[in-house]
Amino acid sequence: MPRITSLEELHKLRAELRGEVMQRYEVGTTLVVGMGTCGIAAGARETLRTLSEELARRGIEAHLTITGCIGQCAYEPLVTVHRADAPPVMYGHVTADKVPELVEKHLVQGQVIQEWVVETS
Amino acid sequence: MTTKPRATVLLCSSTGCLASGSAGVREAMSAELQRRKLEDEVQMVIGGCRGFCTMGPVMDIYPGGIFYVRVQPADVSEIVEETLIKGRVVERLCYKDPVTGETIPIFEKIPFYAKQERLILRNCGRINPNRIEEYIAFGGYEALAHALLAMTPEEIIRDVKASGLRGRGGAGFPTGRKWEATRMAEGDIKYVVVNGDEGDPGAFMDRSIMEADPHSVLEGLTIGAYAVGAHQGYIYVRDEYPLAVRNLQIAIDQAREYGLLGENILDSGFDFDVQIMRGAGAFVCGESSALMQSLEGKVGEPRPKHIHATERGLWDRPTCLNNVKTWATIPHIINNGPEWFRRMGTEGSPGTMVFSLVGKVNNTGLVEVPMGISLHDLIYDIGGGIPKGKKFKAVQTGGPSGGCLPAELLHLPVDFDRLTEAGSMMGSGGMIVMDEDTCMVDVARYFLDFLKEESCGKCVACREGIKRMLEILTKITEGQGTMADIERLETLAWTVQQASLCQLGKTAPNPVLSTLRYFHDEYVAHVVDKKCPGGVCRALITYSIDPEKCTGCMVCARKCPQTAISGERRQPHVINPELCIRCGVCRDLCRFDAVVVE
Repeated sequence: MPRITSLEELHKLRAELRGEVMQRYEVGTTLVVGMGTCGIAAGARETLRTLSEELARRGIEAHLTITGCIGQCAYEPLVTVHRADAPPVMYGHVTADKVPELVEKHLVQGQVIQEWVVETS
Repeated sequence: MTTKPRATVLLCSSTGCLASGSAGVREAMSAELQRRKLEDEVQMVIGGCRGFCTMGPVMDIYPGGIFYVRVQPADVSEIVEETLIKGRVVERLCYKDPVTGETIPIFEKIPFYAKQERLILRNCGRINPNRIEEYIAFGGYEALAHALLAMTPEEIIRDVKASGLRGRGGAGFPTGRKWEATRMAEGDIKYVVVNGDEGDPGAFMDRSIMEADPHSVLEGLTIGAYAVGAHQGYIYVRDEYPLAVRNLQIAIDQAREYGLLGENILDSGFDFDVQIMRGAGAFVCGESSALMQSLEGKVGEPRPKHIHATERGLWDRPTCLNNVKTWATIPHIINNGPEWFRRMGTEGSPGTMVFSLVGKVNNTGLVEVPMGISLHDLIYDIGGGIPKGKKFKAVQTGGPSGGCLPAELLHLPVDFDRLTEAGSMMGSGGMIVMDEDTCMVDVARYFLDFLKEESCGKCVACREGIKRMLEILTKITEGQGTMADIERLETLAWTVQQASLCQLGKTAPNPVLSTLRYFHDEYVAHVVDKKCPGGVCRALITYSIDPEKCTGCMVCARKCPQTAISGERRQPHVINPELCIRCGVCRDLCRFDAVVVE
């Protein structure tokens, strides 16, 4: 464990530790993976695991959580992206292989991938 | 590579929740997560006291902050299945509002928390007390770094003085003035001391803070040491608080590793270290001069204070001693400034105060409120009122040597000066609520019985006075009292108050004086009418059965330990007063309210 020898070092350490602790609470972006029986059957567990790894690998501060069946079982695995400044976007058929693209386009570049969107209304 | 957990289970493992079975829940949760191979996805954090001990063991699940109460090991598999896998709330484990019956799954929305202002308790239940990293992540040690690297000791003392902070141990002495006096005192060696010798029956504020957020105490203490010029600190904790001792020691070790304690803290050139001293549990050792005697290895007896501890305290060196809560408040003042602090609470008592709310109140537990909140709001809005629809009778503030305040004073704002004016005191934050079934004479007797054991015996007035007052009170509760006894009691009480050296003796008559002042009628009822209005004093009450209400179910007759109850099935029963020992078993058992106590 390194000694802290200045205010800057304390701030740096805090910034590192904060991510670890704050992901317990809501952060700006929340990703919700449908984990009802239908979602799990369609591969949502792998989606969730890949998402979690991808977010960690890219150091993206997003909050990952799960939900049950919302009735759109045909589109599972469903991933909904909530951002503080935008209406939620629901993506369908998000299998694990699609996760890197979702993270890159929506979370990094801020573009909605229209062809994956499931119309909810 | 390791992945970030997607969910966190925060389980309270403080003394209160441990007592109600949190260790079993922890084992069950750990086994269940393993069985379902969720250990990487779900992280379990062992947190400190949330204060809602009446509902323990309590558990938070993040994201979402779902709050489960009275969780038992048998509930764990359902929590994992429903909440952690399917994302649903298990309603039966949520808190239900006793008034509206509404289910409240988020803890901030529970009225018990919604009206609080959690400053000192901010981290309690939120962080894992055994990981300094979590304390740092929430801004911990920022105040220390700022104080050591950017402020002079004089500036710190100026800010603490300007904040108006008063000692949270009970006396309410201005903290900044104490620090200044220690700084100005002559001598190279000075000490800072944490008073963690919490001894009031039913009080556990300080214990919870030391258990759940030990770094806040260490940070405040180190800032104080720098301000007064001390390089050695002591934390005096009673040995009955093993978890507090353990968590404090872990915190000290971790702070040393990070260079936040020890030599050359944060490369500032300032050296400071801390040692824990365990007390043997004498109530009088919570008194500052007795505490220092005990720290020195002597018998814990108070000494005269014409020379202040700030000049000659521990080992005759200038010493600054403060309560756990006082030290834990310091980082907030350094971080946010004295004006911010003054905006909370009242003019004469700024800031917040932590109370342990116990007795005949629905939500017993630990609460933090701004100073100046009324007793009514504290007991009814946060405490949820009196159980079983009973009537409020009195609230005792300030521990065994505090006073009992009646319903007429419920509007009273809680601050140092107003409570003292009313004949009670703030004390360290104990608050015991009593309902209509309480006998105030018996209450005074009970507290004097406690204090009789705890008087160190140095002053005659306290040692003999408490004993004699107890004798008179016992005589009154046994129905042998006279009006002259009440007068004698009052005279004795004043004498003990005036002639004792330390605050234990000076405040010991408070239970007597305050009950005499506010519940004089009850004393008269005991002495003249030979009745106990609370239905408590056995010599003065009789048990009988209301023939109108009795259904002749025979339950009381079967359970009476004296077989004093007789009667035929489906016929009203009768109690034989000769045999009855007034134990109350029949009253507790009767489902028809047929047992009358007069």
